[in-house]
Amino acid sequence: MRTNPATEQHGHSSPYDVFAIRKDFPILRQKVYGKPLIYLDNAATAQKPQVVIDTLRRYYERTNSNVHRGVHALSQRATEEFENTREKIRDFIDASDTREIVFVRGTTEGINLIAVSYGDSHVSAGDEVVVSEMEHHSNIVPWQLLCERKGAHLKVIPMNDDGELLIDEYAKLLTPKTKIVSLVYVSNSLGTINPVKQMIEMAHKKGICVVIDGAQAAPHLAVSVRELDCDFYVFSSHKMYGPMGVGVVYGKQELLEKMPPYQGGGDMIKSVTFAKTIYNTLPFKFEAGTPNVGDVLGLGAVVDYLQHIGYPAIAEHERDLLEYATARLSTVDGIRLIGTAKDKLGVVSFVLDGVHPHDLGTIVDREGIAIRTGHHCTQPIMQHYNLPATSRASFGIYNTRDEVDALVASIDKVKEVFK
Amino acid sequence: MDELRELYQEMILDHHKNPRNFHGMDAASHAAEGYNPLCGDKVTVYLQLDRDTIKDISFEGSGCAICTASTSVMTELLQGKTLSEAEALFGRFRALVTSDPGEKPDQAGLGKLVIFAGVREYPIRIKCATLPWHTMQAALEDKSETVSTE
Repeated sequence: MRTNPATEQHGHSSPYDVFAIRKDFPILRQKVYGKPLIYLDNAATAQKPQVVIDTLRRYYERTNSNVHRGVHALSQRATEEFENTREKIRDFIDASDTREIVFVRGTTEGINLIAVSYGDSHVSAGDEVVVSEMEHHSNIVPWQLLCERKGAHLKVIPMNDDGELLIDEYAKLLTPKTKIVSLVYVSNSLGTINPVKQMIEMAHKKGICVVIDGAQAAPHLAVSVRELDCDFYVFSSHKMYGPMGVGVVYGKQELLEKMPPYQGGGDMIKSVTFAKTIYNTLPFKFEAGTPNVGDVLGLGAVVDYLQHIGYPAIAEHERDLLEYATARLSTVDGIRLIGTAKDKLGVVSFVLDGVHPHDLGTIVDREGIAIRTGHHCTQPIMQHYNLPATSRASFGIYNTRDEVDALVASIDKVKEVFK
Repeated sequence: MDELRELYQEMILDHHKNPRNFHGMDAASHAAEGYNPLCGDKVTVYLQLDRDTIKDISFEGSGCAICTASTSVMTELLQGKTLSEAEALFGRFRALVTSDPGEKPDQAGLGKLVIFAGVREYPIRIKCATLPWHTMQAALEDKSETVSTE
């Protein structure tokens, strides 16, 4: 397997060369309404570098075959590349063992897997599950469903108006009834980086299991699940420049071993008779049916790509963009930033006086600028700020200060239309 | 910019900034709520009927310029109309905003609703313009569930 086609093609040199990186993303070369595309909706999904597209094409042109079953050459090759990628992901998040790496469709399916498999076997009537006020709906609804099934209660860690969780309130919510804490690492609406290491420690002192939603952290932060010591960690490929349709559940081996399967089917069994089915070993017990091999390989390719650029360099670049965008937008008359946590990354949410985000989004779109407007699947956050919606610009490895300038100029246009 | 002016016409901006009939209605005989959660448009439409004539119509809520202006203009136009006139106007309005943007809109009987022809160029915004009309219809049909056009 070729390990790093990206470097062979382009060889990014330090210091951070954003223009070389932009060349890796074919989608960025297009014009929208006759203007160069400025893509600032990375928190919704990030664009894909050529190396990911090539990996998918190569897989379907040369390798496509089902894994873990055929004796023929293609099946063996597909299985080997698939399992090599599992090892790559283990290394990427610093897990101890590949048996702890389960491939799923995305963060949402991952959280559902944990809520059903771990949740159903550990939560009983009267127990409590703790989430925060800034969760994405995908880290609220699976737990609400669990609580409904079990007669348990969902408790919510409140946040302040800067969009920071109130740790003292969190401490009070950790009681003998608490069975699970499920927390977002980085907020998709506010950009807040939560102090998850500290919060995991606090829960563990009381013997409570902690799930971390890493969907927004994956493209920006190097993560060590061993250092965090979380019990589960979930993330999606598509937010970190990989293909859609693939995500990862990390779970501590001793927990995964004891959990019942989430779905039944092929690949997750050792033997089936009508009298009794013996489940497969980890991680296959949780991977019923044919996995999304091509996209898993695409995820592997993007891990190589990001590690080659280097997470410290990415973090530095994105911190610069965030600071620049925050400074520029703050000077625009009538703009209020939503989410002003001390520790944040990647996202600037804002509202403009007298202009609904939807109108702003439409006008900005005509300038070729893609931003997100709406509730960002975080309606409780909108309720906190008493807003129907916000506009959100979210940054990635290929964005530039010039693009921030274009966004600010387009907001002037919005004001002109609405003056 | 011209294209945007097509969408955000002066009259639309005026109705957005100064919505007409923008208040609740104690004497309402019918009311319904419309809500498009993805974009956040929310309107409550109130009607007072005198047999089959709309004696009064008003609204409350918050939304984008297109939604607010569409609701405001609708309440202006429907004052004093019969139910069948209101239904016919809704039909003509729906035909307008969903017609081919390449063709000249059929203006017959539309009155000032024609200012919404620009919405045709922005398919994602059609739902903003039609939300109040669907909500008005739901109110007349005494539907209790919230209306959505998403």
